[in-house]
Amino acid sequence: MKRNTWFRWGVTACASIIPLVLLAIVIFLLIDSWPAMRFNGWHFLVSNQWNLGNEYGDLVTVNGQQVPPGADYGIGFLIVGTLSSAFIALLLALPVSVAASAFLAEMVPKRLQNTASLMVELLAGVPSVVFGLWGLIVLVPFMNHYIYPGLTHVLGDIPFFQPPTGAGYGLLTSSVVLAVMIAPLITSTVRGAIENVPMVQREAGLALGATRFEVLVKTVIPGVRRVIIGAGILALGRALGETMAVLMVSGNALGYLPHNIYSPISTMASFIVSQLDSALQDASGMAEHALAEIALILFAITLIVNVAARGLLWLARD
Amino acid sequence: MSYVSSEPGITPVFRPNSAAYRWRLLASTIGWSLMALMFGLLAMTLVAIIAFVIIRGGANISWATFTQTTQSYHGLINAIEGSVLVTFGALLIAAPVGIVTGIFLSEYQYLKTARLFSFLCDVLIGVPSIVLGMFGYIAMVNYLGWQFSLLAGCITLAAMIVPYIARTSEMALLQVPGNIREAAYALGAGDRTVIFRVVLVSCVPQILNGVLYAAAISMGETAPLIYTAGWSNYSWNGHFFHEPVGYLTYVIWSFISEPSAAAHQLAYVAAFLTTLIALLINLFARSTLRRKNAPH
Repeated sequence: MKRNTWFRWGVTACASIIPLVLLAIVIFLLIDSWPAMRFNGWHFLVSNQWNLGNEYGDLVTVNGQQVPPGADYGIGFLIVGTLSSAFIALLLALPVSVAASAFLAEMVPKRLQNTASLMVELLAGVPSVVFGLWGLIVLVPFMNHYIYPGLTHVLGDIPFFQPPTGAGYGLLTSSVVLAVMIAPLITSTVRGAIENVPMVQREAGLALGATRFEVLVKTVIPGVRRVIIGAGILALGRALGETMAVLMVSGNALGYLPHNIYSPISTMASFIVSQLDSALQDASGMAEHALAEIALILFAITLIVNVAARGLLWLARD
Repeated sequence: MSYVSSEPGITPVFRPNSAAYRWRLLASTIGWSLMALMFGLLAMTLVAIIAFVIIRGGANISWATFTQTTQSYHGLINAIEGSVLVTFGALLIAAPVGIVTGIFLSEYQYLKTARLFSFLCDVLIGVPSIVLGMFGYIAMVNYLGWQFSLLAGCITLAAMIVPYIARTSEMALLQVPGNIREAAYALGAGDRTVIFRVVLVSCVPQILNGVLYAAAISMGETAPLIYTAGWSNYSWNGHFFHEPVGYLTYVIWSFISEPSAAAHQLAYVAAFLTTLIALLINLFARSTLRRKNAPH
C-alpha cells in the first residue's frame, strides 16, 4: 500500500522541529553552563552568594576555570524565592479560581456565560509586563499602605508575618501578581471540567434532597479533583517561569533569603534578566555561564512540574 | 406523607421549614455569594488593569507617539515598528511550521511518534520564555555571532509559538469529523489530497485563530527579546543581523524606572498600546470562534 509516503515523510520532518528545538535548548544550555558547573559545583544550589569578583583584578584559576578574584556564585536564595512565590501564588489562586469556575459553570445563566467567562479569560491575554507595570504602580503602594499593615496587625504573632514590612516590594506582592496571572488558566480548565460533569450526577444529588450548593461541593467538585490538581500544577509551572511581572514587583533581592513574607526576593527567571547587564561586564564570561546554569536548572524544574501536570490531566481524561 | 423520620437516630435529610434545613439553605446562600465574590474579584482585576492602562496611557497618546523615536522621549515609532517586525517575522517562520506540525499531530495520530510529539509540544509550551531567551542568546547571539539582532529575536519567538500553533491546529483538525476523511479516501484520494483539499479547508478559521493568539502572545513577550533582540532607540535600518531592534514591551519595563516624567509617560503609552492590541486580538479571535479549543 503506497499512499504518498513522501508526503508523510515531509510532514514528519517538519514536525520533528519540536523535539529538535527541545534538544537544542538542552544541548546549548549544557554546553554554555558547563564552565559554570565546573567552577561552582553542587555548592551552587545552596549558597546565597552572587559575587562576580573583582573585575579589575587579574584572572585566577579555580577548579580549572579562569575567573576574576573573589568570584562566588550560589542560587539558594533564588530557588527559595522562586518556589515560595510560586507556591504562595498557587495557594492564593486555587480557591479563588475553583470558586469562580464553579460560579461560572453552575450559576451564571447560559446566555451570559460567554460574556462572564470573557471577563476572567481576557485576563490571561494581558501581557506579563503590563501586569508588572500595574503591580509596580498600583499594587505595590496598595499592599504597602493597606494590606501589609493589616496583616501585621492581625497575624503579627505568627512567624513570617511579623514586621518589618519593607516598602511593598517583595514575596507576597509577587505572589499576588502571579496569582492574578495564573487564576484565569485554572479557571478556564476547571470550568470546562465542571461543565462536562454529567447532569444525571447533579440530578441524583438533588433527588436525595441536597441543595444545589451541596451537590456542587460534595459531588461535582470532588469529581473533578484530578483536573483541579492538574490545572493547579500546570499553573505552578507557569508561575515558576514567570519573568517580567515578578522582576518589577519582587524587590530583586541579591544574595539573601527572605526573612518574612514581606521581604524582597528574586526568582530564577527574573534574576536572569536583572543580571544581564552586569554579566556582560564580566570579562571572564563566568557570570554569563552561571546565568545559563540558572536557566538550565529552571528548565529542569519546569519540565518536571509540567510533565507531572500533563500526566495528571491525561489520567483525568479517562 | 411526612418528611419526618420516625426511626430514632436518623436525621431527616429534607424537612422544609425545619431549623436544620434553613441552616443548610443559609449555608448554601453564603457559599454561592462567596463564589460570586471570587468571580467578581477576578473580573474586577481585569477592569482595574484596563482602566489603569487607559487612564495612564491612553490620555498621553499623541501624534508624536507614531512619528518620533524613543531617543527624543516623545514617541514610540521605533518600538512599534520593532514589535510589528519581530511579531511578523516570528509568525512567518512559526505559522507554516506550526500548521504542518499540527497536520502531522492530528492526521497521523495513530502513530506513536505523533502522540509523543504532541506531548513534547505541551512540554515546549511549558518552557519558561526566559529559558528560550537564554537559548537564543547562547545559540544565535553568541555562537552564531549574530549579536543582538532582529532575526535572533524572530527565531526565538518562533520557537516559543510553534508548539502553540501546532497544538491549536491539531485541535482544529481533530474537530473535523472522521467520515469526511473516509469519504475522500474512499474516492481514491491520497493523504495529501485528503488533508489539503478536504480536511484543512474546513477548519481554516480555527487554525487562523490559533495563529492570531500566537501573534498576541509574541506581541506581549519581553524576556526572550531582551536576550536576543536587545534594544535600540532608533528605527530599524534594514539589517537582520548585528543590529539590535526596539520593541514596545521593553519600553514598559525599562522606561518606568527612568527618572524623567517623559520616560514614564512613554512607558504608560506603550502599556496602553500592547494591552489594547493583545486584548483586541483575543476578542477578535473569540468572536470568530464558537468553541474554545485552545490549549494552555
